[in-house]
Amino acid sequence: MTTNADHPVIDPFAAALSVSHIKGRSPWQDAWHRLLKNRAAVYSAFIMAAMLLMVVFGPMLISWEPDFTDWDYTSTPPSLASGHWLGTDAVGRDLLVRTLTGGRISLMVGLVATLVSLLIGVSYGAIAGYFGGTADRIMMRMVDIIYALPFIFFVILLMVVFGRHILLIFVAIGAINWLDMARIVRGQTLSLKNTEYVEAAKACGVSDWNIIRRHITPNLLGVVIVYVTLTIPQVILVESFLSFLGLGVQEPMSSWGALVSDGAQDMESAPWTLIVPSVFLTVTLYCFNFIGDGLRDALDPKDHL
Amino acid sequence: MARHALWRLLGLIPTLLMLITIAFFLMRVAPGGPFDSEMLLPADIQANLNAKYHLDESLLQQYFRYLSQIAVLDFGPSIQYKDWTVNELIGQGMPVSLTIGLAAMVLAFFMGTVLGITAALRQNTRVDYSLMGVAMLGISIPNFVIAPILILILAVYAGWLPAGGWDWSIASMVLPVVTLSLPVTAYIARLTRGSMIEVMHSNFIRSARAKGLPESVVIRRHVLRPALLPVISFLGPATAGMISGSVIIERVFSIPGLGSYFVQGALNRDYTLVMGVVIFYGVLIILLNFLVDLIYAWLNPKVRYDNKR
Amino acid sequence: MQNWPMKRGVYESVKLLRQFGLLSILVLLLGACGNDNREKMAVRGRQAQPVELILNEDGRPIPAVLAQQQELHRDNGREPQTLDPHLVEELPSAQILRDLFEGLTAESAEGRIIPGAAIRWNISRDGKTFTFYLRRDALWSNGDPVTADDFVYGLRRSADPATASKYAQVLLPIENAPEVLAGDLPPSELGVVAMDEFTLQISMRDPTPYFLALLNHPSTFPVHRASELAHGPAFTRPGNLVSNGAYILNEWVIRSRIELVKNENYWDSDNVILEKVIYYPFEDQSTALKRFRAGKLQWTSGVPNNQFKWLQEHYPDELVISPWLGSYFFGFNLEREPFIENPGLRLALLLALDRKLLTEKVTQFGELPSFTLVPPGIRDYVSPVPEWAEWTQAEREAEARRLYTEAGYSEENPLKFEIRYTAGENNKKMALAASSLWKQLLGVQATLLNEENKVFLQNRQQKILTQVFQAGWISDYADPYSFLNLFRSGHGRNDYGYSNSLYDALLDQVASERIPSRRRLLMFETESLLLADVPFIPLYTYVTKRMVNPRLKGWKSNVMDHHYSKDMFFLKAASDEEPVSPEGDIEALLPDPDQGLIPPLQMKETDAPGTEVPQDDVTDDGTSPPGDSLK
Repeated sequence: MTTNADHPVIDPFAAALSVSHIKGRSPWQDAWHRLLKNRAAVYSAFIMAAMLLMVVFGPMLISWEPDFTDWDYTSTPPSLASGHWLGTDAVGRDLLVRTLTGGRISLMVGLVATLVSLLIGVSYGAIAGYFGGTADRIMMRMVDIIYALPFIFFVILLMVVFGRHILLIFVAIGAINWLDMARIVRGQTLSLKNTEYVEAAKACGVSDWNIIRRHITPNLLGVVIVYVTLTIPQVILVESFLSFLGLGVQEPMSSWGALVSDGAQDMESAPWTLIVPSVFLTVTLYCFNFIGDGLRDALDPKDHL
Repeated sequence: MARHALWRLLGLIPTLLMLITIAFFLMRVAPGGPFDSEMLLPADIQANLNAKYHLDESLLQQYFRYLSQIAVLDFGPSIQYKDWTVNELIGQGMPVSLTIGLAAMVLAFFMGTVLGITAALRQNTRVDYSLMGVAMLGISIPNFVIAPILILILAVYAGWLPAGGWDWSIASMVLPVVTLSLPVTAYIARLTRGSMIEVMHSNFIRSARAKGLPESVVIRRHVLRPALLPVISFLGPATAGMISGSVIIERVFSIPGLGSYFVQGALNRDYTLVMGVVIFYGVLIILLNFLVDLIYAWLNPKVRYDNKR
Repeated sequence: MQNWPMKRGVYESVKLLRQFGLLSILVLLLGACGNDNREKMAVRGRQAQPVELILNEDGRPIPAVLAQQQELHRDNGREPQTLDPHLVEELPSAQILRDLFEGLTAESAEGRIIPGAAIRWNISRDGKTFTFYLRRDALWSNGDPVTADDFVYGLRRSADPATASKYAQVLLPIENAPEVLAGDLPPSELGVVAMDEFTLQISMRDPTPYFLALLNHPSTFPVHRASELAHGPAFTRPGNLVSNGAYILNEWVIRSRIELVKNENYWDSDNVILEKVIYYPFEDQSTALKRFRAGKLQWTSGVPNNQFKWLQEHYPDELVISPWLGSYFFGFNLEREPFIENPGLRLALLLALDRKLLTEKVTQFGELPSFTLVPPGIRDYVSPVPEWAEWTQAEREAEARRLYTEAGYSEENPLKFEIRYTAGENNKKMALAASSLWKQLLGVQATLLNEENKVFLQNRQQKILTQVFQAGWISDYADPYSFLNLFRSGHGRNDYGYSNSLYDALLDQVASERIPSRRRLLMFETESLLLADVPFIPLYTYVTKRMVNPRLKGWKSNVMDHHYSKDMFFLKAASDEEPVSPEGDIEALLPDPDQGLIPPLQMKETDAPGTEVPQDDVTDDGTSPPGDSLK
C-alpha cells in the first residue's frame, strides 16, 4: 500500500501530470484563434484599419480643403500636374479630400445606425420570439404596421421637429432599419426556444431573462452578425438616398453615397467622380463582408474542426 | 393550424385601423401643405382650394370623413393629379409594380438560393469565393449606378433593349427586373449560404450522414428545410419592399409604378394619394407576412405547436 | 466527402485576390469607357442629318423634303397634373394644353401674338373694352362650331371659385373678377359678354395693355360645354375631351405616355404636318438623354446639368440653347438680422460675387450674368443699369470689402448667415459657389441648408428662419410687370419682406397706365427704385437647354419657350435621299397621297434658294444654276 512518503517514480510522474500551468481557454478565446486563422478576415481588418486611418488623418495631410473651390480646375480628371491627384468635381473641389471626409460620414453612419438597429432589433425580436403567444403577436403586428409606413415620413418629421443634426440622421436611419433584424431574430428565437438545453435551463429554474441572455442570444450571434454585415451597406445606401432628397448630410459635408449618386449622373462626362467614391465604398463594404464572414465562422459553436 | 390562420386574419382589421390612423396624423404633422408653390397664391384661391379638399375642417373631422370614405373603398381624388382619383392611379400603377416586383422576387429567390446552395456545398473553394464575390458586388454597388450603366451599355451603345419606358413587352421588362433583383439576389445568396453552412454543421446532419444516407438525400431532405427558414423569413418584407416599387428603378427607367407615388406624394403633400398607397401597401405586407408565417410554420413544426399555447 | 477547410489561410488569400481582381476589372471597364471608346460609342447615337429645307411661297416646307413618318416623341418633364385648362399650374400641363386648345390669340413660332380663335380684335379708346371677332370656320374636334359662348363659358368657369383654379389671377384685370374669385358675385357677373355668335366683348377694370399676351394662357381657354357637363371631372380623359386646337387627345396612360393625334376639324389642319405627338414623362434628365441618344426621343425638356462640355463635343447639332424669360437670384429676408435695414451690407454681398465666373464655370450653359430683375428679351423694354454693373469685377470687389468693413464686419468678426436652397442641381452648385466666393473674398461664414421643397417654400413665406435663400422667377407672360409685382408689399410671394410704399404706388400707376411709352418709363423708374434698395442679389438670366433631333424643324427659339407642335415637321434624312431639284423632278410637284398636302404649283427656278443641283445640270460654261450653298 502506498503512503504519502516520497516515491521516486510516482512523484515526478505526478508532477508532470499537473495541469495547473496550463491555462484554460474560454469559447471566446477559441473563437479569436479561429478568427486569426482566417486570412481574408485578417487582411480585411488591416485594410479597414488603413481606411480608417486614411479617412481620419488623410484630410489633415492633404493641402486642399474639402470645400475649397478651385476655379481654374473645375471638372478635371485625375492628374499630378493640377495638384488634384484624383481629379475635381463640377465646382472644382478636390475629389480625394472630399472622398476621405465623406468616408468619415459614411463610416459613422454605418457604425452608429447599425448599432442602434442592432440594439433595438435584437432585444425586440428575442423578447417577442421568446415569450411567444399574444405578446409575440402584438409585437409583430407593430412591426408590420411600422414597416408599411413610408419611412420618408418618419425622417421628414424627425428632421423638422428636432432639427437636422447629423447624429439625428444616424439615429433615424437606425430606428427604421431594426425591423428586419427583429423579424429574423424572432424567427430564430422561436426555434431555439424549443431546444433541449433551453428546456434544461428552465427545468433548473434559470430566470427567463438569463435564458435569453446566456443561451439564446449567443446562438443568435451567427445569424445576427451576418445580418449586421448586410445592414451596414444598406444603411450607407439609405443615407445616400436621403442626401439625394435633401434630408441627409448638409453641404459642403458629403458622404460616399451622395458622392456616388452625384457621380452616377455624369458617368460619361466625368467618370472619375463616379469611380473614385465607388471604389472606396465597394472596398469598404467588401471588407465588412469578409470580417463578418470570419466572425461568423469563428463564433459558430458547431464548427468544431 | 387552421385556427392559427383564422386568428391572424381577424387580427387584420385592428392592425389596418392603427396603420391608417398613424399614417393619417403623421402626414398632417409634416410641415408644408399641398398648395405651397413658387407661384403666388392669393388668400381667396387658397381658401377655395382648402374647401374643395375639406382641408379647412378640423383634423378629427377630416379623419372620420376619411374613414367613412375608406369603408366603401373610395380613396378620394388625388390632390396633385387633379384629373384622377386615387383608386384609378393605384389601379394603373399596381399591375406594373406587382409584375416587376414579383418577377424580380422570383428571379432573386431562384438565383439567390441556387448561388447560395452552390457556394455552401463548395464551401471555401474557388467557386464559393467567386460566387460570394459577385453577390457582394450586387450589394455594394447602388442600383442608381448599375441601372444607368446597364442602360448605357445595352440600350444606348448596343441598342438591344429599350432605354427605359414600359409597354408590357418582355424587352422593356428585362432591365428593370434584373436591376431590381440584384441586391435581393445577393442578400438571399449570402443568407442561404450562411444558413446552409450552419445547418450542415449541426448534429442531426452528422447523424444522418453517419447513418449512411447519400449526400444528395441529406441535402434535399434534411438540410434545405431548416436552412431556408431565415430566407423565408426574409422573403416577406423583401417582396413587399420590391412591390411597392423601387423608387430609383422607376425613376431611372421611367416606369409608371407605385414607388414614386410614395415619395412624390410625400414631397408634394398629396395626402389622399399617399394614404391610398400606404393602405394598399399595408394590406399587402400584412397579407404577405401572414403567408410567410404560414409557410414558416409549415416548414418548422416547432413554431406551430408553440404558438398554439 | 466534403471539402473541409484545409489550408484556410491560402484559400482565403486567393479569395481576397479574386475579389479585388474582380474589382479591378470593373474599375478598368469603367475607365475604359473613357476616351477613345467614348468617341466611338457616342457617335453611334448620332442622329441622322436632314436634307436641305426648301420652303414654298407661303413659307411652308415642300412635300418632297418631308419625311414619311411625321410622328414626334417629346420629353415633357414631369407627368402633367391635369389636362383641364383651368386647373393647370405647371409647365408640363401647359405645354400639352397649348397643343390641344387654342385661345383667342395665338403665338407664332417666334413668339409674336397672332390671331388665334379670334381673327381680329378692337380695343376701345379708353383701353378698357376688348372686342374679339371670332373665326367662323373654327370647329371643335367633334364638329361643333367654336362660338363666343364657348369662351364666355370658359372664362366664367375659370373664375368660378368652385373650380378652385390656381391661375385664375390671370383673369384679375377683367371687370368684377376679384369679386367673382372671392365669391361675392356669381360668375355670370364677370365682364365677358357674347355680343353674338361670333363676337366676344371683354371689359377691363383698368386699361390693361398686356392683356392680349395673357390670352394664350390656358386659364383663358374655352371648354366644350356639353362634354364638360356630361362627363364631369372625367371630361379630360381621352375619348371625352373635346378640343379646338391642332390636336386631340388619343391616349393617356398616366406616367407612361400621352398621345395626341391631328385634329382634322381644326381650321388650319391643312398646315399641320405632324400627324402624331407623343409626350413622355421623365423625372430624370439623364434617362431622357439616354432615350434621345437611342433615337427614341426627338425632343427633350432639358439636359443634365454638368455635361455642357461633353454635349458640345459629342452632340453639337442636337444641343439647343436659347435665352428664357426668367431670372435667377438670391433673396434677402429683410425682416431679420443681419439684413434688416442694412443696404450697405446687402450691396457688399451683391458686389462680391463674380457673375462671369459663376455663369462660365458653374452653370456653364451660356446663362447671362445679370444685375437687374427683369431679364432682357421683352420687346420695347430695357432695364435700368445700376452703376456698379459697369465697373470691373476688381472695382466691385474693392467696394464690397469697403462696405463690409463699414457694416462692422472683419476677419475677426465675420458675417454669419444661412443660405437656404432646395433640390435642383444648379441650386446646390450656386449656393456652394456663392458661399465659397464670399468666404474667399470677405471671410463670410455662410452655412448651407438644403431643404425639402415644401419646407423650403413654407420657410420662405413665413420669414421666421430665412436669411438668404435661393429664388427665381419665370414669367407667365412677356411683360416686366409680372416680375415687378413680386416685390409689392403683402404680395403672396414677397418672401423678402420688401415693403416700400413709393414702390407700391408706382406699381399701381404701372397697372393703370394705358400709354405704352409712359408705361415703359414708369416701369423703368420702378425697377430702378427696386434695384437701389437691394432686396435681392440678381445673378443670371435663365436659358433653356435641350436636345432636338436635327431633322425636326419648324420650331423657333423664343424667349417664352413656347413650342407648338403644329409648327413642327420632320425633314427626310439626307443619307437615304437624293437631292431634290424642282425643275428636274416631276414627282415633287404631284400631290403626295400619304401626306394629304397639296404642293405648290409652279416652282420657278428663282424661287428655290439653296437648291442642290445634280451634277448633270451644270450648264455648258461650267457654272451651276443660281442658288445658295447647301448650308
